[in-house]
Amino acid sequence: MLTRPTILRPALALFVLLSIITGVVYPLVITVIAQVAFADKANGSIITDAAGERDGKPVGSSLIGQEFGTSDATAAPALAKWFWGRPSATGPVPYTALNLDKGTGSSGSNLAPTNPALLDNIKARLAALDAADASVGIVRVAPGSTSRSTPVPIELVTSSASGLDPHISPAAAEYQVSRIAKARGLSEASVRDLVHQHTQGRALGVLGEPVVSVLRLNQALCNVPR
Amino acid sequence: MSDPATALVPAATLAAITGPGVLQLVIYLAVLLAFVKPLGWYMARVLEGNPGEAPLGLGRALGWLERGIYSLGGVQADAEKRPVETGWKPYAAGILVFNALGFIAVYGLQRLQSVLPANPAGLGPVEAKSAFNTAISFATNTNWQGYGGETTMSYLTQMLGLGVQNFLSAATGIAVLAALIRGLSRKSAGTIGNCWADLTRSTLYILVPLSVILAVALVSQGVVQTFRGPARVALIVPLSYSEPVKNDAGEVIKNADGSDQIRTVEVTEQSIPLGPAASQIAIKQLGTNGGGFFNVNSAHPLENPTALSNFLQVLAILLIPAALCWTFGEMVCDRRQGWAVLAAMLVIFVPLLAATYALEARGNPTVAALGVDTTANLGELGGNMEGKEARLGVANAALWATATTAASNGSVNAMHDSFTPLGGLIPMWLMQLGEVVFGGVGSGLYGMLMFVIVAVFVAGLMVGRAPEYLGKKIEPFEMKMAMVCVLVPCALVLVGTAVAVLTPDAYTTSNPGPHGFSQILYAFSSAGNNNGSAFAGLTANTPFYNIALGLAMWFSRFWIIVPVLAVAGSLAAKRVSATTSGTLPTHTPVFVLMLVAVVVIVGALTFVPALALGPVVEHLQLVGK
Repeated sequence: MLTRPTILRPALALFVLLSIITGVVYPLVITVIAQVAFADKANGSIITDAAGERDGKPVGSSLIGQEFGTSDATAAPALAKWFWGRPSATGPVPYTALNLDKGTGSSGSNLAPTNPALLDNIKARLAALDAADASVGIVRVAPGSTSRSTPVPIELVTSSASGLDPHISPAAAEYQVSRIAKARGLSEASVRDLVHQHTQGRALGVLGEPVVSVLRLNQALCNVPR
Repeated sequence: MSDPATALVPAATLAAITGPGVLQLVIYLAVLLAFVKPLGWYMARVLEGNPGEAPLGLGRALGWLERGIYSLGGVQADAEKRPVETGWKPYAAGILVFNALGFIAVYGLQRLQSVLPANPAGLGPVEAKSAFNTAISFATNTNWQGYGGETTMSYLTQMLGLGVQNFLSAATGIAVLAALIRGLSRKSAGTIGNCWADLTRSTLYILVPLSVILAVALVSQGVVQTFRGPARVALIVPLSYSEPVKNDAGEVIKNADGSDQIRTVEVTEQSIPLGPAASQIAIKQLGTNGGGFFNVNSAHPLENPTALSNFLQVLAILLIPAALCWTFGEMVCDRRQGWAVLAAMLVIFVPLLAATYALEARGNPTVAALGVDTTANLGELGGNMEGKEARLGVANAALWATATTAASNGSVNAMHDSFTPLGGLIPMWLMQLGEVVFGGVGSGLYGMLMFVIVAVFVAGLMVGRAPEYLGKKIEPFEMKMAMVCVLVPCALVLVGTAVAVLTPDAYTTSNPGPHGFSQILYAFSSAGNNNGSAFAGLTANTPFYNIALGLAMWFSRFWIIVPVLAVAGSLAAKRVSATTSGTLPTHTPVFVLMLVAVVVIVGALTFVPALALGPVVEHLQLVGK
């Protein structure tokens, strides 16, 4: 016969016991395994700057990007010496992984392909890239023309899904090699070498896309003797 | 300006697809199908086993836990110490009470998290309507996220509230499916199983072991798993931003000339959010839940760091729903029936996957017109990269978007809001089909079996015979219940969208034009089918959406579970009629196509007018420029 206690008691007991198993024991067991076997990765893949000027201090996560570029053409020349990554839609500044005061963190732009704001953002970013190039004497758009000598790789002008994307494609790094070399007084070959050192192929040779870590690349640039 | 003619030419589309991209999709399908038989066999053993019985030694390892749960819960046992089976009404009552407890627990944890432990970031209680929405969302296996994980939920809420519901709502789906399968396979029986045994066994022997394996694999790729608070790191290039100065009352302080006082804030550090993410992400994918640890879900580099972690996660989305087809065939003692249902799912899934990839790889013609490289060559990403991650690329974003909406998962690795109009139409339509193409864990297959009943009925009308499925006569009661299951989500989506469009406060879309309508339609398609993904630009954390979407999720889940269990009870009681030369076989390609046609026609007839107003108009705007 169906009476209330025959449902409530097992429901409560199952709920409490399964909650303990899946909500306490399971995450704790995984945490212990993670902290023993993969301590570095389980704690955010933090990079410490052992050799550089910030001796021993954390200088980033190898999985989280930092802002090196801009969409503001007037600010671009000062940033010409860095490899630029993806535009980021996080607030209040790009690549904000967590800001508890503002309640912000990872975010995409969520702009639709037909949203005029998307094209405005892309145009502003293109102008900033051109301004950075112009500051070291590289001209990609002939005066009075709108056509480019080299098309800009798309990820340099479109926001990532997370706003924290640490990567660009090898083509997007190559697009910037001549600018970095001129801005830092290095040979293009030496800059290109650095790019190759920080390029990762596809996982297992097939999965994902080949990428360059912008943060790692720029950290390596800091350590190159002039 | 791009020429609309060239934008529509198929050759341009094909050129955008890359060999490595196609190869990844093929590898995915091959690996998924390779798991169907072994995992399906394993799950059938679990669902048919006695207490303490499970393959691979898991019964011996965890049997004491299972028996302990039964004895503490006072679950009645028969002479052979098996839990006593019940009819469909006590089974349904048990499932509903159990899920109601889940709702109460998640709501309570969110409201009290500020005074509970494991809150290193010191987050306050979640606002009541948002907590209501999230509690329903996770109890119904929807995992619609109206909140940003890293800024809203304490570690305790994530683990003991959201994480637990990830397991238990998935176990609910498997249990209801097991009951329906028993209804189909039994002859003149009064019972369809014991809901407590089904819930416990699905959790202990299926969901927990798979989650442990996946969670450890994900940590090895860089998914965080720790109880430490956020890490602080120094930026190489310091940043600054300007903002109006506010007084304690939150009002902007004015200068003497009436302009706002502005201050510049220097940013020299980056906070890296951490937490016990890997354990939760594993079950979020395996249980077709989809609620992320971080705001941007599996696009976040700490939630999905590498292409390999991405492959494992997207595999986990469809793993159990696909394998349950084999489980079904095994339990009804006719494996061809399981293959037939799986084949129907694949016939819908594969073309839509290919189309999504092609559309996203082709990209946005108005962006290409600015001198931006949207073609993918060696070492170039190309395509529509707005809202996508470089390490994953266009092919994996398309694969994930298709899989997550085919299943009722709803996690994302790219922002669907920024997909091309037709590339975003496909995920939306996959949800609108009722989440039966793979669908949720358990719920996808029981939903598809309701469509099978409809297909058998339609076929019976066409050939003029009394409809039967697996020897069971399909009579008006089963048809009525199946139609409730088919029509409830459709009604929730269309009525919900209509109400939202007519409510001035609700029309707070972030994108102008037809895409704004698409955002609202997507939200109700997602909630009304327990998916949980979003066109995330919609400001959905408002009282209207928290309540309207919460109700849509609740009705969609339980107004299907109860009719499905009623069908299970009704079918179990029937006799099995003998197969004759006039019986319509339900394992043949003809029937598979019949089933596909019923699913697609119901989905198309119901939603084409609404889709025409949103994504289709937007597409014409884009290519017509």
